[in-house]
Amino acid sequence: MSDLQSQDYIRRSATTLTPPMARDHEQEVAKLIDVTRCIGCKACQSACMEWNNLRPEVGHFEGSYENPMDLSPSVWTLMRFAEWENENGNLEWLIRKDGCMHCEDPGCLKACPAPGAIVQYANGIVDFISEECIGCGYCVKGCPFDVPRISKEDHKSYKCTLCSDRVGVGLEPACVKACPTGAIMFGSKTDMTDWAQERIKDLKSRGFEQAGLYDPPGVSGTHVMYVLHHADKPSIYSGLPENPHISNFVGLWKGLIKPVALAGMAFGVLTGFLHWITAGPNEVQPEDDAEAQRLLHSADGPK
Amino acid sequence: MTYPEGTIIRYSAASRINHWITGICFVLLLLSGLAMFHPLLFFLSNLFGGGQWMRAAHPWIGCVLFISYMGMIVQFWRDEMWSRDDIAWMRAINRVIVNEEEGVPEVSRFNAGQKFVFWAMALLVPVLFFTGLVIWEVYFSTYTSIEQQRIAVLVHSLAAVGAILVWIVHVYSGLWIRGSMRAMMHGYVTPGWAYRHHRKWFRSLVETGSRGPVPRRQ
Repeated sequence: MSDLQSQDYIRRSATTLTPPMARDHEQEVAKLIDVTRCIGCKACQSACMEWNNLRPEVGHFEGSYENPMDLSPSVWTLMRFAEWENENGNLEWLIRKDGCMHCEDPGCLKACPAPGAIVQYANGIVDFISEECIGCGYCVKGCPFDVPRISKEDHKSYKCTLCSDRVGVGLEPACVKACPTGAIMFGSKTDMTDWAQERIKDLKSRGFEQAGLYDPPGVSGTHVMYVLHHADKPSIYSGLPENPHISNFVGLWKGLIKPVALAGMAFGVLTGFLHWITAGPNEVQPEDDAEAQRLLHSADGPK
Repeated sequence: MTYPEGTIIRYSAASRINHWITGICFVLLLLSGLAMFHPLLFFLSNLFGGGQWMRAAHPWIGCVLFISYMGMIVQFWRDEMWSRDDIAWMRAINRVIVNEEEGVPEVSRFNAGQKFVFWAMALLVPVLFFTGLVIWEVYFSTYTSIEQQRIAVLVHSLAAVGAILVWIVHVYSGLWIRGSMRAMMHGYVTPGWAYRHHRKWFRSLVETGSRGPVPRRQ
């Protein structure tokens, strides 16, 4: 998205100063995806394409309801279909709307080297500001959910914006608007959490004892949450991570190493400078010249 | 190639060209790499025409450096082989550091410090090259898993920091030892320089009647 609102940041990529944040009187928002009420109609997928003017190339039938088969620079949300055999030997068709989870602690933003290419607004939405994006793919390494996709045409990274342009003017995201069963809800994070608890109570009363809310603490919670009938086994929902967190490799690379490396380099240069002003340059002395000439003459000199 | 009369040839024209291709690539990689490494240095991306150009150019420059450094290894590996004398020289490093080289063991074409720089880079350059391929998003992102790319980018940055520290030692040595810069720029040194800093090498040239850079084959 382009930068519509620039005074309500809580995070800004590759920025060492505090970003403009005076206009922070905003509620944290959340999208609640109730997997148990989803019928897999893909209205959300269509609405996303429609609102965001995305038209992925028409692909091929791959033997699955999943279509297209993966997220891409022009597929920001995707219904993933999984067939799972439960303990009683019955088949459950688990349909999950995949896309950016809008982590409270976003790994993409942490990994991004371009100042302001990824921002997080006070309402919690994590947004890519494309004009600042350099196409390095670091966000892909930072993301615990394998969401960002880099375009081969313009070398920019793309993902769901949570319709930050709609939310910014008081509308709900396009997918929420289109959902015919109410499986996708949108509101403040507290309201969505409360509503999820009611749904979970209901599901439990109907035999889904492991029903629960997916709001993973490893990334300090997300602004896209799932109600799952089997919250103890998120991976059965087309590989939803069990305990997503920013990789330790990324944490080290973007954490300790940065200041230590710069300090080490500065120390190296400073040591050189101190040596220069104390020991000083190592110059050839007249004795060296004389000894060298003596040696040369004693051996007839070089031919 | 003509060199001033009475001088010793330290590096052939081919060696110098090879060295400076490597050196220019290294500086460009250092600037663009640091820009992507730390936000405080992102402004360096402007030197490359902005972030997108920098991101696109960095790996290609890395390829040139890799090939160029392979050339350096071919040219110099014989004279960079570690020997017993190097240990003796290392023991006397405290005198070398303060420019008091009397009594320091005689040095052949390269001293232990130069050999350290050479072999450290011979290790780090391939590490940087291969981890760099893994994180070259445009062409190679589909060949490895994201977890492998995370490891690669971490190793790449650690190796780069190591290479930069070695490079600082290398550049400072060139400035500190007067006459080294001329040797690498124009290829020659005075007999006095050769006698002072690489006496064993100088003796071998004198004994075989060679003007350098290597002793004449007998």
